[in-house]
Amino acid sequence: MDSIMDIKDLNLWYGDNQALRGINVTLPRNQITALIGPSGCGKSTFLKTLNRMQDLVQGVKIRGKVLYDGIDIYDPSVDVTWLRKRIGMVFQKANPFPMSIYDNIAYGPRTHGIRGRARLDQIVEQSLRAAAIWDEVKDRLRSSALGLSGGQQQRLCIARALAVEPDILLLDESTSALDPISTGKIEDLAVQLKEKYTVIMVTHNMQQAARISDCCAFFLLGELVEFSSTQDMFSTPKDSRTEDYITGRFG
Amino acid sequence: MKLSARRKAWNGAVKVLLYAAACLTAALLIFLIGYIFYRGIPCLSWELLSSQTSYLKGTIGILPNLLNTLYIILVAMVIVLPIGVGAAIYLTEYAKNRRLVAVIEFASETLTGIPSIIFGLVGMLAFVQMCGLGAGILAGGLTLVVMILPTIVRTTQESLKTVPQAYREGALALGSGKWHMVRTVVLPNAVDGIVTGCILAVGRIVGESAALLFTAGFGLNLQNFVTSLRSSSATLAVALYVYASERGEFNVAFAIAAILMLLTLLINLAANWAGKKLRR
Repeated sequence: MDSIMDIKDLNLWYGDNQALRGINVTLPRNQITALIGPSGCGKSTFLKTLNRMQDLVQGVKIRGKVLYDGIDIYDPSVDVTWLRKRIGMVFQKANPFPMSIYDNIAYGPRTHGIRGRARLDQIVEQSLRAAAIWDEVKDRLRSSALGLSGGQQQRLCIARALAVEPDILLLDESTSALDPISTGKIEDLAVQLKEKYTVIMVTHNMQQAARISDCCAFFLLGELVEFSSTQDMFSTPKDSRTEDYITGRFG
Repeated sequence: MKLSARRKAWNGAVKVLLYAAACLTAALLIFLIGYIFYRGIPCLSWELLSSQTSYLKGTIGILPNLLNTLYIILVAMVIVLPIGVGAAIYLTEYAKNRRLVAVIEFASETLTGIPSIIFGLVGMLAFVQMCGLGAGILAGGLTLVVMILPTIVRTTQESLKTVPQAYREGALALGSGKWHMVRTVVLPNAVDGIVTGCILAVGRIVGESAALLFTAGFGLNLQNFVTSLRSSSATLAVALYVYASERGEFNVAFAIAAILMLLTLLINLAANWAGKKLRR
């Protein structure tokens, strides 16, 4: 199995409060990895260390290594804009900019210096198609993205993330605010996306993790309790705490 | 349960008193506005607006003061905008040291409550004398910059804070640099508040007299923009003081008062309009 990210002895503190404890894990390329665990277990915290969105948090301290294609992303020489271009992120709540649909998608490419109209048109169409929303919005690219439904907004955000041609897509509970039909669309989308991208997703929804992920990481109290293929984790969990969680004994 | 007669009477009395207070407030305002327009508007004439005061020709005109007011708005806003908006962006978007930010915010809040004559005094010492600018639009404008800077910083900060954090995160997660994020996502969504703050600042400049008495001067002569910078030039509000207290020309003073009231009204309408229009 080809690996894309290698995390070694990762510890993270918010002030005096240790949120991640000695995480060691290797994440596979072109697979969907689900991060599961109860609220406050550190799974979202872990996700945000992968594209250095943690940098925005005041008083955060990080020790250990996060290697992406062998590069330590916390090395001072790493350009964080390059990193976030390679590792895109979609948030829990859809956050389209208050601009047109077109400008939302073109925002990333423009940020990275693409100006040509024809090139942008092409990227916008490609990204919207890849996020399975092109047919719904192709006739109103110039209207505000805020007029879309919640599910459409979230797929728009995925399209926006894809427009900068990332390598990895991080989904931070990206379906938790959506109805079942929109959730289903995004799940189908995630499965299609792993052909080209690596998807790492935080989810609260056990069925979702079981349905679409290839690998699963179970977090508890800041520790990575178990990492294995989804099939193994849901059929023969190695750790009793994992078993207790996925069978619903706590949560 | 029925209210006791005493409580009923008490309720009624309070209601009457509150009503009286509201009526008195409204009556005072209406009287003030009405009286100024009643006295001022008949004195307004094209000659007054388009000429300057001259003993030789025997004319009284406020054109120089109208122009001086425009000049000083121009000077003050051109200087205060980049500094104020820049400082606000730094404080809300960049500053890491929360305690320093709190100190600066507290200081600027305090500064907004200082009587403007104190700004005038300090402006006279600092700009007119120490910097040797002399009384004029430049020294007056700089004094106004100091005076309205805290307001501009605060209103800009307030409107920056209304921009959802999710927009910033979204832009940064796409690999946008900090300044690019601020310029493309934060500022466009804060511009209505900034414009409203600027318009209100213009309103304060138009109505300011105390801070300008010693710094911009009492000069009533017609000047162009460049010469006015370093020579005594009265704005409309200062001219009102000059005509009323030194020359006893109460008709001119009331005419200026009416103009100032109209300008203030227009500026407030513009601020309202900008706040609504730009928010879309």
